[in-house]
Amino acid sequence: MTLVRLASAFALLSLTTAELAHAEIPLAERRSGYADMAPETKAMQDDDAANPGMLAVLDGEALWNAKAGTAAKSCADCHGDARSAMKGVAARYPAFEPAQNRPINLDQRINLCRTERQQAPAFPYESRNMLALSAYVGRQSRGEKIAPPDDARLRPHLDAGRERYNVRIGQLNLACNHCHDDNWGKKLAGNVIPQAHPNGYPLYRLEWQSLGSLQRRLRNCMIGMRAEPYAYGALEYVELELYLMWRARGMTIETPAVRP
Amino acid sequence: MARALINVPAKAKRGEVIAIKTLVSHVMESGFRHTNLGAVIPRDIIDTFVCTYNGEEIFRAQLAPAIAANPFIAFHTVATDSGKLEFKWTGDNGFTATEIATITVE
Repeated sequence: MTLVRLASAFALLSLTTAELAHAEIPLAERRSGYADMAPETKAMQDDDAANPGMLAVLDGEALWNAKAGTAAKSCADCHGDARSAMKGVAARYPAFEPAQNRPINLDQRINLCRTERQQAPAFPYESRNMLALSAYVGRQSRGEKIAPPDDARLRPHLDAGRERYNVRIGQLNLACNHCHDDNWGKKLAGNVIPQAHPNGYPLYRLEWQSLGSLQRRLRNCMIGMRAEPYAYGALEYVELELYLMWRARGMTIETPAVRP
Repeated sequence: MARALINVPAKAKRGEVIAIKTLVSHVMESGFRHTNLGAVIPRDIIDTFVCTYNGEEIFRAQLAPAIAANPFIAFHTVATDSGKLEFKWTGDNGFTATEIATITVE
């Protein structure tokens, strides 16, 4: 009896140790969600005339050049040609914003420009215009390698994001790593579990029939785990984004990607 | 504003079979969905797509509520003459979108 109890205590102990010593995916084994897609979906992403995300990129280009707000300035008035000025920008967000003393993602950066420089109302999260402009800016980094900024001020937030990724949440009592580090490549219902790399956002998801941000995707996962999602723009999401970008460092940006 | 992406080869040989791809932005709201409060979301779809080649109709499609958002329509035709291909989508709530592509046939 004592022996059994002892054995189960050991089993419990080793389980806890295994969880603590949880291994990240080795750099060389990382793969974009693209690799797991059907040939038809890959073809859709590869052809700019078939990728519905490009419709939003066109809308974003129009927004980039349109004057907005009481300052009557367009993005182009300050930044010039997005094709050169915005190249690589999406690859290094989230970044630290000193004025707010926290990291912000690309959408929040765009809205800061809107409210402070253009004196225009911020775009609501997940609105058509928000996604269009962020898809247009993100598109300029297609083919670039993800390069999270080496900024000491981001370190505590990166650690917080990593911790959140590894902490069990929700009624199903799962953490991100249980699917995306330990069981990627296997099936969840009919779908291949991806490694969860944020290298194509905002992306066109066939299930959504629209473009969506990384935070929408995170929200999706949290609802699936029966956890209460954070509000859009919450620091918790941005820290998680920060960790996911760090985890995907060096991978290629595909924005606007297509996913099933 | 409706956006459309058209892929037509700029040049073709006379008699060659060419592929034409079109993608248009539209929500294609089926009319069968409800809001959280139970109200029906009214149908809002593209119902007709027509392609004319130098004024002659070469392709027509009727779209139904089960078709996904941002309809992608691809088809083939024979390159007969240089000229204009005109694409027109029409639908609910007075929706129309038109795009023109030019082709040079040698």
